[in-house]
Amino acid sequence: MPLEQVVQLFPALADLPFREGYIRSIIYVSLYVSVTAVTLSTLFSLPVAMLMGFTDFPGKGLVKSVINTGMGFPSVVVGLLVLFAVSNQGPLGPLELIFTKEAMIMSQFVLATPPITAISLAAISGVSENVRDAARVLGGTRLDVALVVIKEARYGIATAILAGFGRAISEVGSVLIVGGNITGSDGISKTRTLTTAIQLEARQGRYDTAMVLGAVLLALVLTVNAIVVRLGDEGAMR
Amino acid sequence: MPIQRRKFIAAVGGGALASIAGCSGTDGGGQSEGGSSAGVTGETLTLTTTTSTYDTGLLDAIHSDFEEMYGVTVDAVAQGTGAALESARNGDSDVVMVHARGLEDEFMQNGYGINRRDLMFNDFVIVGPENDPAGIQGMESATEALTTIAESEAAFVSRGDNSGTHTKELNLWEAAGTDPGGEWYQEIGGGMGEALNNANQQGAYTLSDRGTFISQRSEIDLTILVQGPIEGGPEILSNPYGVMAVNPGVHDNANYDLAMAYIGWITSPGAQDAISNYEMNGEQLFFPEAVSEDPNFQQYVPEGWSSDSSEE
Repeated sequence: MPLEQVVQLFPALADLPFREGYIRSIIYVSLYVSVTAVTLSTLFSLPVAMLMGFTDFPGKGLVKSVINTGMGFPSVVVGLLVLFAVSNQGPLGPLELIFTKEAMIMSQFVLATPPITAISLAAISGVSENVRDAARVLGGTRLDVALVVIKEARYGIATAILAGFGRAISEVGSVLIVGGNITGSDGISKTRTLTTAIQLEARQGRYDTAMVLGAVLLALVLTVNAIVVRLGDEGAMR
Repeated sequence: MPIQRRKFIAAVGGGALASIAGCSGTDGGGQSEGGSSAGVTGETLTLTTTTSTYDTGLLDAIHSDFEEMYGVTVDAVAQGTGAALESARNGDSDVVMVHARGLEDEFMQNGYGINRRDLMFNDFVIVGPENDPAGIQGMESATEALTTIAESEAAFVSRGDNSGTHTKELNLWEAAGTDPGGEWYQEIGGGMGEALNNANQQGAYTLSDRGTFISQRSEIDLTILVQGPIEGGPEILSNPYGVMAVNPGVHDNANYDLAMAYIGWITSPGAQDAISNYEMNGEQLFFPEAVSEDPNFQQYVPEGWSSDSSEE
């Protein structure tokens, strides 16, 4: 039902030359792919950032610069690499992931991980030594200390997750290559996202419908940001 | 994300191996596992094709018949002829529908494609701004028109994407004996729609397939300056589409049964009628040519191939 509210927000939506369910299905695909990718990426990035934040090892600076470089990695290149991996000829070929949402999740995972790791790391490194020491002195286990640090760094981590989500949901290069921008003949998207739908509309010169889809994408990102910020605030009160 | 249903979030947990099941769930197919059940019901056919067939909306309009008839899903991926054949070469699609006979022949000769059929045709047209700065309007010869554009250095937009249309354009330049280059000649590396938009923005000439041009005519100010054979223009501007299956001998994961069912269906009188009945802005976009009283045997083999002259 929230979709109806969205439709009211954008009166032009009602006049779009699309079939019933088309917009809903591409919004669904966009969210499904990006939210899954960012969730998996967070589960991977946070422990890595914690580990790097808490320990010193030779080459740490190098690893950091590699991660920072990854933030600027072009999405088409990631798309190509994932394509090579999931193509029938590639190492993951037998899984038949090409032109599926799972392949898109893989490429967005790769894209979202560097910003999430780098920004979380900065946030975790920013937590004062005193806080860690206090947690330790109070008899905290390593896990307790980690939880305290995460709690202290939660805004930075939320920013990291949002940055990763922003990168994932707004990119078009890799999902186009590995997903194939497929919509069934029933007008229901299989691997078409908002960004690839915008690209398709622009390719056909329908700039007005492309703009409306762009507005939907923007609204979606705003909504997700609002939800995450809200969750962060609620978490702080506990 | 209240838009989403919980079911789908639960499905995420199914993990990567559940991928195929997850997809059919989205399509509402209700098939749990296609797997080893008899027949092709519930399976998915991956078709790589060109932007010119996809962007005209033809495939969406006709595929539902095939899907209903066999209880299958067709995933149509619009890539441009070069990329569509490359995907098939990598074993990532089951059937290809493209329009560049030279590239199709090479694809067959290399063993990747089999059972090629002529499917349909339309033609290419040279379009440009109404004021026609190079003065090519009404020329009978496409090559003469291109030479004139090159000589007057009027802006020309090239697809530059190794698509069927790009291949045709390069062949035309070669036939004209002109090597295009210079500031007036711009390779944009994009689809037909992008090329038309680009040409429209800067008042340039471009080569377009008639179908895409008709489907976008209401959005742009370009006009047809040199007609293709459908409207009495030169034969060199013809644009035939072919369809062929990926060779299961090369890629054993190719869904060959379903690919052949698709080729059989789309070359059948019913689907061919549907193709000729598909109109946009009141105009027919594609002309079927698969059904004929006297079949052209050359459609099955690389052009010029003959059983006694070949060593293959």
